[in-house]
Amino acid sequence: MLKCKDKEIVVPGEILCEGMEFLPSYGTYRADKVIRSSIVGLVNIDGKVIKIMPTSGRYFPRRGDTIIGRVFDITMNGWRLNINSPYSSFLTMMEASSQFIRKGSDLSKIIPMEGYMVGKITNVTGQNLIDLTMKGPGLRKLDGGVIVNVNSSKVSRIIGRQGSMIKLIKEATGCFITVGQNGRVWLSGEAKNEVIAINAIELINEKGHKKGLTDEVKKFLEKETGKKLEVSNV
Amino acid sequence: MYKKRLDGRKPSEFRKASAEVGIIKNAVGSARFQIGKTSAYAAVYGPREIIPRHKMSAKSGVLRCNYNMMPFSGMGDRVRPGNNRRSTEISYVTESSLLPVLDLKKFPNAGVDVFIELDQTDAGSRCAGITAASLALADAGFAMKDLVVAVAVGSVDGTLVVDLSYEEEDYDAPVVDIPFAIIPSTGEITLLQMDGKLSQETLMKAYDMAKKAADEIYDIMKSALKKRYD
Amino acid sequence: MNETMKKHLQNSLSNGIRLDGRKLEEFRDLKVETGVVATAEGSARVKLGNTELIAGVKMAVMAPYSDRPDEGTLMVNTELTAMSHEKYKLGPPGADAIEIARVVDRGIRESHAIDTGKLCITKGEKVWMVGIDIVTINADGNLIDAAGIATLAAIKDAFFPEYDGVNVDYKKKTKKKVPLNSEPLPITVFKIGKELVLDPTFSEEEVADARITVTILEDGTLCSLQKGGNATFTRDELDKATKLAIKTRKNIKWN
Repeated sequence: MLKCKDKEIVVPGEILCEGMEFLPSYGTYRADKVIRSSIVGLVNIDGKVIKIMPTSGRYFPRRGDTIIGRVFDITMNGWRLNINSPYSSFLTMMEASSQFIRKGSDLSKIIPMEGYMVGKITNVTGQNLIDLTMKGPGLRKLDGGVIVNVNSSKVSRIIGRQGSMIKLIKEATGCFITVGQNGRVWLSGEAKNEVIAINAIELINEKGHKKGLTDEVKKFLEKETGKKLEVSNV
Repeated sequence: MYKKRLDGRKPSEFRKASAEVGIIKNAVGSARFQIGKTSAYAAVYGPREIIPRHKMSAKSGVLRCNYNMMPFSGMGDRVRPGNNRRSTEISYVTESSLLPVLDLKKFPNAGVDVFIELDQTDAGSRCAGITAASLALADAGFAMKDLVVAVAVGSVDGTLVVDLSYEEEDYDAPVVDIPFAIIPSTGEITLLQMDGKLSQETLMKAYDMAKKAADEIYDIMKSALKKRYD
Repeated sequence: MNETMKKHLQNSLSNGIRLDGRKLEEFRDLKVETGVVATAEGSARVKLGNTELIAGVKMAVMAPYSDRPDEGTLMVNTELTAMSHEKYKLGPPGADAIEIARVVDRGIRESHAIDTGKLCITKGEKVWMVGIDIVTINADGNLIDAAGIATLAAIKDAFFPEYDGVNVDYKKKTKKKVPLNSEPLPITVFKIGKELVLDPTFSEEEVADARITVTILEDGTLCSLQKGGNATFTRDELDKATKLAIKTRKNIKWN
């Protein structure tokens, strides 16, 4: 018997249902004859499966994710990057470029300390070490621009269905925008348009779990830029 | 016999309590818990690499709590900043009070830091700290069996009362202070300390009173966590 | 922050644009609440944008310094708490915390804002010590200015506790206020590239090349200065910065 509603916010320990009718999935656990939540988040009932969509921003690195990393150490054969995870991630010289990088070259000239890059996670080892690559379409070092930190659980809303939300912001502000699955957004454009884009992204970060967000963002962008915008519905 | 409480409360009544989460923007999770004039902040950072590295464990993430009183938070003199024996012990028992509900196995070789700061105290500070810490950990998104609620029960001149004030702790008669931390869904005890002379039966009665108060405080905590997303 | 990002930010600033939409000399929203700590003799909570800190005044009776037998003492301490930012660690105050405390202290001391003679109880034997502790709740830039505002507000909120000649009774407050005869406030002017900026956020502060804290009284008199950062100020920049600080001090208001 359900003790909660779909899309309801629940907290750790709260009873979601009684009896054996439902299956506990992510963010829930079974104890005796009840299923309880183990995190703060939104209830998601899919048939007989109950899971919780977390409201917090923790990023769990996964193979294939596109991320934005920041260099915090340069070694003999690569870069160590912070990707908003407790564990180290590494980019080898070989994975940085299709061009040959001679051994002993100054790697800081390719990506400097505190430099940002867009990469893809190629492997997450058993010890939670993360391998990255910068070879691939769209993957590159990032120059200039601004970084906005967001809740990684809001990334999909910032991108939108088929990229519709991010397209809306790009069209309105003319900024280049790259969104990392790890909760980092890089953008670059004319200063006053950057401010508008940042505000739009922060709006989604704050209210991403609520309904009517696309309309609210569209209205905000139209007001700030004076442009008439259309949301592409694929 | 202690018949009428100094501030007029009923024996089972705890002082006015309130909770807020997400109030320290730099932290991964944060909370403030107030009960009477006792107020505790808690901020969570991590999981992150910790130094010294030998303190890390390959089996599971490590929890480190630090309890501290702000210099102006004491009932009398200024409190000298820095750790002392009392704060070290409280930090330690705070860790043990929270670990039973946390699953840190997903974060081997990493540490979770919880910083607890009391901006004002009027007895019950370690309990307020634990309650705030539990809220902050939930706010940070950690997987927890349940929240942990801490509240003290005391015997003042033979009468059991919930949530002693400083005045009651200081009362001119035998006082026994019993801080509890309880997991609301199961009633399990994660913190228990006691100072004073007490019969075994009275201790069990004290637990029952603490459990009842903890259930009510849990509702306050639950509302605070949900309110953030309204 | 790396060089290309820093240049990008400096470029925006030279166009008068900050990422939160503020003008270069604009302060964030300032909220000051006094009487927020029941256990302190005086207290104030300052919220300056997302920077939040509390200043608390604690008073004690002690023996005076031998070279100043008829004067009370003032002490300012800052705790940059580990809870307020991931870069702060547990432990005694580092150079940054000490600098904030000493700059705030000097502003009050050098302006004689507190008449320490009035803190004397018995010459050569007993004087009041006024201790101010500043504790950060969330650190997001411009801590010196926020600390200075909080300290002033906390002192103005403070009452002496009762003293019977032997013991201080902290539970009983007298109606006697700490004698404050002027209001020194620090305003820090930051230099990012060639632009002068006020009230930076944490990330703006990270790219500041230099800064100068100007502590100013209500009438525009300077009573303390502190330059920080590794870059320089030209004569012209010093002139502009101090004028800007004085103008800003005049406009800082809280209830």
